[in-house]
Amino acid sequence: MVLGTNLKHIETAAKHNEIINSTENVMVCCGRMGPMCLPVYDIMEDLEDEYTNVAFYDMLFDSPEAHVIRNAPECSNFMGLPFTVYYKNGKLVKATSSIQNRAQITTILDEYFS
Amino acid sequence: MDFDIIIVGGGPSGLTAGIYASRAKAKVLIVNEGSIGGQMVLTHQIDNYPGVESVSGYQLSKTMRQQAKTFGCTIKTGVTLTNISLDGEVKSVELDGKQTFTAKSIIIATGGRSRNLNVKGEDEFKGKGISYCATCDGDFYRDMEIIVVGGGNSALEEAVSLTKYASKVTIVHQFDHFQGYQHAIDEAKAHSKINFMLESRIIEFIGTEKLEKVRIESLNSGEITEMSISGVFIFIGYVPQTEFLKDKLELNSWGEIVVDNNLQTNQKGVFAAGDARVTRTRQITTAVADGTVAALRALDYINQK
Repeated sequence: MVLGTNLKHIETAAKHNEIINSTENVMVCCGRMGPMCLPVYDIMEDLEDEYTNVAFYDMLFDSPEAHVIRNAPECSNFMGLPFTVYYKNGKLVKATSSIQNRAQITTILDEYFS
Repeated sequence: MDFDIIIVGGGPSGLTAGIYASRAKAKVLIVNEGSIGGQMVLTHQIDNYPGVESVSGYQLSKTMRQQAKTFGCTIKTGVTLTNISLDGEVKSVELDGKQTFTAKSIIIATGGRSRNLNVKGEDEFKGKGISYCATCDGDFYRDMEIIVVGGGNSALEEAVSLTKYASKVTIVHQFDHFQGYQHAIDEAKAHSKINFMLESRIIEFIGTEKLEKVRIESLNSGEITEMSISGVFIFIGYVPQTEFLKDKLELNSWGEIVVDNNLQTNQKGVFAAGDARVTRTRQITTAVADGTVAALRALDYINQK
């Protein structure tokens, strides 16, 4: 089960772990095809060319495999989709809940991945 | 000049304008703050778009976007419009405070957006107890008590849909009556999980890591009470996204852009299309028609130069 975006998809927890541990900078948007999630996917697709040092992925929130993000301690208080998480060298360094605009996302990318 | 036409907004009117203008070989930039497709992407299924039996709003948006790109449109999405200059021969937009692009003509197609309450704590608890989308976030509130703010069709219908998850739904509304259709009012009133706080408004959201309670003011007595609550869903209608045009274009008292029959605003070379302009009917089909007219008139304008 994958989302209908043009981003690269993470389908399993094992793949998620493999990606974050083998790639320095990773952004994953975990959501559905809903109005709060779609703008974030759009922005990520646009940023792929600009932030070549970051790997952009999505993951279907309702997949059982997405527990790796749903149950992350940093997301424990989240009650709004999407859950967007940022990893540096395998470590979760930032997480946001609900819709984010381009400026909010690039601020995080610049702060953690520059 | 960087472009012939800059289109501000990537909903159905903006994308259609982009398709028509770029197909006519104009150099076109579409800038968009939210999601490409605008409010159209919120629609799960569209059954009344002529020529298409049934399609999701997301799919229709993707197709329109692809058409615009195929004809040569440059599309920048998720950007923040930090300045716009509409007077004079050279129009311009500034994006994210960094890049400025110029054009001979501009089409405003910014549509509408959900209205915020604009009270203390609203930004802080977005996604941590405050939501604007029942479909997206309803299932986070299983067996919890929540508030729905609003009195129109969206608030009433979403309150009923949220009873699938929540143990209790309180509708907080500023008036003593509802603006929704009678059938929506009747359904909400008949539901055993829904109760009402009329002539009241939320004045503050309170919590630490997530929303824990709200302060509610009675508009009759002025009394302020606190209510412990897990979530608040806000459905208080749409506003045209035209705040940035105050003092730049003629707007009516609701903030809608005033246009003539050619969708020309009071500034030469500046056109408006879709839900942001003065109009009574706001449908995808009317937005598409507006985009067509605005693009053709903008092409006329730049060709006369």
